[in-house]
Amino acid sequence: MQDFLKPHRIVLILIAAGLVTWCVLSLNWTWLAEPKYQVLILQGIWRTLWILVVTMVVGMVLAIPIGLAQAAGPWYLAWPARIFCTVIRGTPLLMQLWLLYYGLGSLFPSIPWIKDSALWPYLRQAWPFAVVALSLSVAGYEGEVMRGAFKGVPHGQLEAAKSMGMPAFTMFRRIWLPQALQRVLPTLGGETVSQLKSTPLVSTITIMDIYAVTGRIRQDTFIIYEPLLLLAVVYMVITGLIVLMFRWFESRTPTRTA
Amino acid sequence: MTGLEALSAASALDLLAFSPPGWGAVLLAGLANSVVIALGAYALGFGIGIGGAFGKLYGGPILKDLLAVYTTIVRAVPELVLILILFYAFTGLLNEALLSWGYDRVQISPIITGIVVLGVVQGAYQTEVLRGGILAVPAGQIEAARAMGMPSVVVARRIILPLMTANALPGLANLWLNATKDTALLAVIGFSELTKATYQASATTKAFFVFYPAAMLLYLGISLTSTLLIGRIEKWARRGQRDVRG
Repeated sequence: MQDFLKPHRIVLILIAAGLVTWCVLSLNWTWLAEPKYQVLILQGIWRTLWILVVTMVVGMVLAIPIGLAQAAGPWYLAWPARIFCTVIRGTPLLMQLWLLYYGLGSLFPSIPWIKDSALWPYLRQAWPFAVVALSLSVAGYEGEVMRGAFKGVPHGQLEAAKSMGMPAFTMFRRIWLPQALQRVLPTLGGETVSQLKSTPLVSTITIMDIYAVTGRIRQDTFIIYEPLLLLAVVYMVITGLIVLMFRWFESRTPTRTA
Repeated sequence: MTGLEALSAASALDLLAFSPPGWGAVLLAGLANSVVIALGAYALGFGIGIGGAFGKLYGGPILKDLLAVYTTIVRAVPELVLILILFYAFTGLLNEALLSWGYDRVQISPIITGIVVLGVVQGAYQTEVLRGGILAVPAGQIEAARAMGMPSVVVARRIILPLMTANALPGLANLWLNATKDTALLAVIGFSELTKATYQASATTKAFFVFYPAAMLLYLGISLTSTLLIGRIEKWARRGQRDVRG
């Protein structure tokens, strides 16, 4: 603490506090008091969070077979996985999202068996497209990371398991996957933050996440800067929470670094 | 079936034709805009990054703290939000300054705005990458240069920059690919780069599965040629170094 509070830092903190007070007092925050906007803001934050969590989980689950296919699969699995990763990582997420939403979204109504299926009420909404696009994006980026992680597990570990007579799947489940995941864990926090920073893209396909909510408030009230400041603060707080969570998570996993 | 396919292939080529009814020229103009903005933003970001990295390592305590605030905020807030904030703040503040000095307000070209906004974002990331690169330079090299009485600018130019290039290149390459993809975000504020051009072309013609794959191929083309070039540059930067990959 003493190390942190050097004289120049106290001055800087005072200046920052002054700036914040000025923002609070002289900018227009009256819209925050309106219940209508409060509800919208909370709903928006909730939507951003669940899209983040769902797409991270689904993407990671998809990334495991994609990484495995690239690391150890036969060519007819490795090549499609590699092409998938290259396309996902080489094109903007916004474009993938629009291709799915506008492209597939316009194609679906013309296919009778989709229109008659039980999924149709969901496919008419925007969020399935957002979830699919963002999950595939995670799968593409993490698939590449998982490939490295699978390859990074020392060969002796796998050979030892094999010589003990372990079946291939048990070896994968008990030896290979846990060690690969442990290698990925330190990067996962950063990946989650980048994914959080991708979520506002879903506002372009009519999903009312926190980004779209502030956009609407700005349109309704003609206030330009204040909602944007709130938005930046919200994202910074969520980022901080993610970083803290993963730090705690990492401190709980025993690691031995040589 | 084959006849139908041939027909649709022909119409796809018609849609991508260079002269109007075809949208090829629009897409290529969008691509040119994207590339110009990516190059400009990357160059600006590199300038900020070099200054930021040296500031973070060798600057005074206040400069170090301010740079830490800059890189932390930029890396914690989504690019899309930063683009909106900087887009309004940059043009707004510039116009207010101009008005207060007695000039007329100006309309800044969207390309310049895009370059400045994405450059500020790139700058934060490049600061971190370059800082890591400098840190990886063996301390003995820098101490030796100082012991020879080299002024610090010469140390930076002759010793640190050449030695850090190889360390920083992979990170810088990643950031370049990010820069090309981040230009797509400018579509959201209505700037006509490749993604926006694709959107307009496909919304008008309803040929989503012609224009999106075409544009994706263009983006992939950028990233694959970049990767190829970067590989060469990295080989050049690592010349004279021992290959540790075994």
